[in-house]
Amino acid sequence: MARSSTAKDAQALIQSLRSAYAATPTNLKIIDLYIIFAVSTALIQVVYMALVGSFPFNSFLSGVLSCVGTAVLAVCLRIQVNKENKEFKDLPPERAFADFVLCNLVLHLVIMNFLG
Amino acid sequence: MARGLRFLVLILSVASICDAATFNPISDSHRSAALELFTPTDGSLKSLEETFEALRTFEVLGIDKKSEIKGYTCPTVVDTLWSPSSALKDLFQALRVNGVLKCELNDEVFAGIASRLKDNVKDANSLLDLHYLIGSLKLIKGQTAEVDVHLEDADGIFRAIKALSQSDGRWRFSSNNPESSTYAAGIALETLAGVVALASHDIDQSLMDTLKQDILKLFDGIERYDDGSCYFDEKLVDAQGNWGPVSASSSIVRGLTSFATSTPESLNLPGDRILCLAKFFLGIGVPGNFKDLYHQIDALASLENNRISIPLILSLPSSVLSVTRKDQLKVRVNTVLGSAVPPLSVKLMQIFTSGSKDASIIDQELKFDPETKLHVLDALPENVDVGKYTFTFEILLHDPEHKKIYATGGRTKVSVYVTGVVNIDQAEIAILDSDLGNVETKKRLDLTGENTIALSANHLQKLRLTFQLTTPFGRAFKPHQAFLRLRHESGVEHIFLVRSSGKNFEITLDFLGLVEKFFYLSGRYDIQLTVGDSVMLLLLRVNLRNFPSSTLPAFFAISFHIGIAAVLSLYVVFWLKLDLFTTLKALGILGISLMFTGHRTLSYLASTSAKLKSA
Repeated sequence: MARSSTAKDAQALIQSLRSAYAATPTNLKIIDLYIIFAVSTALIQVVYMALVGSFPFNSFLSGVLSCVGTAVLAVCLRIQVNKENKEFKDLPPERAFADFVLCNLVLHLVIMNFLG
Repeated sequence: MARGLRFLVLILSVASICDAATFNPISDSHRSAALELFTPTDGSLKSLEETFEALRTFEVLGIDKKSEIKGYTCPTVVDTLWSPSSALKDLFQALRVNGVLKCELNDEVFAGIASRLKDNVKDANSLLDLHYLIGSLKLIKGQTAEVDVHLEDADGIFRAIKALSQSDGRWRFSSNNPESSTYAAGIALETLAGVVALASHDIDQSLMDTLKQDILKLFDGIERYDDGSCYFDEKLVDAQGNWGPVSASSSIVRGLTSFATSTPESLNLPGDRILCLAKFFLGIGVPGNFKDLYHQIDALASLENNRISIPLILSLPSSVLSVTRKDQLKVRVNTVLGSAVPPLSVKLMQIFTSGSKDASIIDQELKFDPETKLHVLDALPENVDVGKYTFTFEILLHDPEHKKIYATGGRTKVSVYVTGVVNIDQAEIAILDSDLGNVETKKRLDLTGENTIALSANHLQKLRLTFQLTTPFGRAFKPHQAFLRLRHESGVEHIFLVRSSGKNFEITLDFLGLVEKFFYLSGRYDIQLTVGDSVMLLLLRVNLRNFPSSTLPAFFAISFHIGIAAVLSLYVVFWLKLDLFTTLKALGILGISLMFTGHRTLSYLASTSAKLKSA
């Protein structure tokens, strides 16, 4: 009894989450997709390292850190671009995007240096 | 900024010309590279081996730096040769350097070294030891006539070296080391040549025959590129750090040519092998590090005067010919180092059009100009129009005896680009009614001059621009790209692609669909047509008064994206080749332009979205 009700609650929760998510603006959804892509790429790299071995370790680190770093920057972009976020009301989204691009370029410079 | 895009197109098209498959003999770029790479900053600390490599490269290229290097190298050489405890390798390198510099030494030194070496010969068993011993004895023979360096048991030494050979023609460095290498094969051939030269009586004929078989087996393993060059590859990195095709092929060439010089017998090698090896060494251009440059120059010097066959290289001083300027086809034939060749003539046999299978058979001999030493074709054949072609040449030696000495390589294929002024005519601009396509207004344009046409259209209509491109011979010309750019008087721009069918080019702008893209700006517009191809570039202007839309600053947006792509490709190049500081410098430059275009683009976006919000 308790199990079926929690299962039903879980289902209802997931449904409501889905419908609420459908209402988010398209540009935020695109950023979310990008974050999912980056995190899954990082996971794939970790699995690969587990299978094949960690040599060369610096390449593995730089690969994983580039994925994680760009995911973090995308999260920041999403926070700043979200119109419902009162804290960043005055920040034009183009400025946030420019920051995103710049930080990504710096991150990838460091990554390429560390890649070896 | 508008110019920037045009020049970008031009630069991209010019860059694609540079991958034609011509092999050019050694030129001044090799000399300047040698001077740059071999400049001794702390010459006294450099090893004797590196000093010898520098001296040999300068000697072949005709650069005189001996007196400079002699000053700080001769003391080391003299010390090494006088010392009774010098290692074999040091003796060998010192003798090599002395052969070029000719330091102050007397015969007593040479006699002492020779007797020491002859004693050690019986005990030596590794390939490198034998190489240094035999090589040193041979060098002593070349530097003084007083000392006796003949080998008593030449057959025994020959067999000892032969014992290290493998079945595929390669050699091992010693009996303890199971790995075989191509570089070792070259060293073995050189050492065996030395043994034959120093033997007091003739080597057993059966040994020579088996060695010739080994050389043929070695050449069975040669690798080929599509452009007619071949090389020996080396996967094994040996103790000296030699690896890669340049050092392996160079070692084989050295060994082979010294072996051919030391014995009067012929080797029965297929004739094109020497030529394709020469093409490989010429095809690598100017190497970036001194070891590869030394290997390249030394191998080419060995090929220049070898006894098997001397390669003759056919090259074009310019592979781009203009039909409008009536350029003549000029061809040059040299040896690999750029020296003179025996009397010969060059024939143009065939012309292939790139991208199609058909070829025209020409079979025309070029005229030789004794002053410039170039073979010249008076006029290009009738049907050669603007475009990319492959010309096939054949070299014919005048003296039949020379055929045994020189290798001409049968037919040589060279890529040639024919350019010319492309005419643009029959240009028309028309306003069409959107639904039915009826022509409302039609005006003719002269696109080669500047003119103003007044046309008005509203957002329900279409604009159509048509024109034709013809080559100097009147045939249809298909360029790689054709763009139309519309520029509003306030500076906003938009770019379109122009499609072609046969000779005619047409673009139709449907204003209904483009109204949003153009941001509703009306007023005066400039039209610019840019046509690009690897064989031409042409620019035209027309002013047009027009109604709807503005343009996104498409140019800045495109530059912004190109800037980001450029930074990312700079990172790829950084990973592949550059070091951090050149990257940072280049990044600074790219970053500044990226900031500028990015700022323009994004602020424009911001202001337009603010306008939309407030409107």
